[in-house]
Amino acid sequence: MALDRWIALVIFGVTCAYGYSAFFTMDQLLPPFMQRNPIWPSTFPKVIAVLTLITSLVVLLGLEKASGEEKTPDIDYRRLGDYKIGKALLLLGLMALYALALRPLGFLLSTVAFLSIGAVILGERKFHYLIPIAAVAAGVVWYLVEGVLGIFLRPWPFFVG
Amino acid sequence: MIEGLLIGLSTAFSIQNLLMVIGGCLIGTFIGMLPGLGPMSIIAIMIPVAISMGDPSAALILLAGVYYGAIFGGSTSSILLNAPGVAGTVASSFDGYPMARNGQAGKALTIAAISSFMGGTVGAVLLMIFAPILSSVALLFHSAEYFALMVVGLSAIAAFAGTGNVAKAVMMTLIGLMMATVGEGALFNMPRFTMGLLDLQSGFSFITLAMAMFALPEALFLVMNPGRTKTGDGGTGKIENLRISASEAKSIAPVIGRQSVQGFFIGVLPGAGATIASFLGYAVERNIAKGEEQAEFGKGSIKGLAAPETANNAACTGSFVPLLTLGIPGSGTTAILLGALIALNVTPGPRLMTESPDIFWAVIISMYIGNLVLLILNLPLIPYIAKVLQIPRNYLIPFILFFTLMGSYIGQNNATELLILVGFGICATILRFADYPLAPLLIGFILGSMLEDNFSRSMQLADGWGFILDRPMTLGLLVIAALLVIVPSYRARRARARQAGVADGD
Repeated sequence: MALDRWIALVIFGVTCAYGYSAFFTMDQLLPPFMQRNPIWPSTFPKVIAVLTLITSLVVLLGLEKASGEEKTPDIDYRRLGDYKIGKALLLLGLMALYALALRPLGFLLSTVAFLSIGAVILGERKFHYLIPIAAVAAGVVWYLVEGVLGIFLRPWPFFVG
Repeated sequence: MIEGLLIGLSTAFSIQNLLMVIGGCLIGTFIGMLPGLGPMSIIAIMIPVAISMGDPSAALILLAGVYYGAIFGGSTSSILLNAPGVAGTVASSFDGYPMARNGQAGKALTIAAISSFMGGTVGAVLLMIFAPILSSVALLFHSAEYFALMVVGLSAIAAFAGTGNVAKAVMMTLIGLMMATVGEGALFNMPRFTMGLLDLQSGFSFITLAMAMFALPEALFLVMNPGRTKTGDGGTGKIENLRISASEAKSIAPVIGRQSVQGFFIGVLPGAGATIASFLGYAVERNIAKGEEQAEFGKGSIKGLAAPETANNAACTGSFVPLLTLGIPGSGTTAILLGALIALNVTPGPRLMTESPDIFWAVIISMYIGNLVLLILNLPLIPYIAKVLQIPRNYLIPFILFFTLMGSYIGQNNATELLILVGFGICATILRFADYPLAPLLIGFILGSMLEDNFSRSMQLADGWGFILDRPMTLGLLVIAALLVIVPSYRARRARARQAGVADGD
């Protein structure tokens, strides 16, 4: 089964859960006075759920086939082995780590680390350029966000204050 | 109209707003050149900046400037490197890149800038004429018609985005609508589908979603497939001699005239937008060119460059018509602008023109100024701005990822949002692998709450589903919406059946 149909299957499953919640659990919480309304909080989700189930089935069962010649996709998952997927996954992991480190480590330290490690993952080894550039960029962005936009960003780790 | 125009002029020509246009155009050009950051991502990154200014007209002027700049920046990298940063400028590389290779990079950039300027300017004049007319018609609409109109818009976007595979695009739109129902809506005052998570109480942030859908997958593709762009090789060559001759100007003038009008009207249609306008513009001009001129298309024809450049800028302006008059975005970019406007407490729609004429007209006037800025300020600066293309990708990609993280963090001020961004980014990349269009998802998400609002109001007024039949226009629009989705699928099926039949006969 092609990837797009697997995705349709997953979406079908998610929509079933969404639809179940809309059809069977949401209305129980509805106060009695609202039950006389023609529109309930669950009405629109119910319509969406039914339509999504139908379209995901259309894709899943391959009822609609692409017309004409096969379009060459932007990037071909059948050639996944040729791509540097490991690097992409490492960078995604790094982004998640950044999200978790932002509060405890402070903006400056975590940003310098993120930019430097990111470049290292991609093969950069000139640390004498990399670290100063990352530090200046982190400082400038911090100043712009905190000073110009007025959005608080803790600059230093929690134990520095 | 004259009064509105004067208000718009005084707003747009304030020092602050002039700086916004100039700054927006420069930032847009600068970032638009980079691979991986199309106008949608750039605007999404700029939204927190725009929102923090608090002045809706200044914010919209800044974002519109960024939009134009990004399109222009995209053309520059198309011409210089054959590496279009944006789908709307792919057609510009057909003749722009051969020109640059023939040592005419400067001339190609000038033609691109003049064509963009003319396309944008004619587009802005047409916008000034058509927007008020459409607004006055739209004032007659009730919520039922609005609901139906939005359904038409969404169907058209799905039908265009999913050429040959409408079901996938419709599914993406519906998922966007589903995601819009998460959180505590203003309508019912109760949390829905939050799974008890406090972080989902206020729903998903559209900036995070925009980043995850566009900037992140593109950056990841750059990592996975380094051959995808030619950035970082420093091979831009020298850009000199920006002049074009009088005879060249004369030969592209009719092309610019035709494509400004054609591009504008294609841009007005929901879902069509700059990409289709530029390809169609190129095709039309190639077909009507004669003999020798036609043979030159694809080898460095100045007409072949002027056509898509004019058309894509005119279409960008055209796409503001449904946004400003109906509050319905016709493209991903205008959908993000709509999100920004809603965040600034401005509801675009037919009343915008009468209730906030300063915003409405200032945006239109700033389009002129934006186009002028691109021509007189950006063009001479291009040789310097183009240096950005020489940034090595080892530095560029971490920065792109960092900016997507920052964009979504600043919008929500919440580190959990970053994890949501990464999660959605992975999903979006997988969807891109399977050739699912992502713009319909974002547009569905942004229109979702407005669609539900109008749906609920119509249900309440008609005391049930009767609203569909009460007014003939509602029913008519819904039928059009259904046809938009069903007809392409049906035709594709029939064409396939016929092909299969022929094959059997052989």
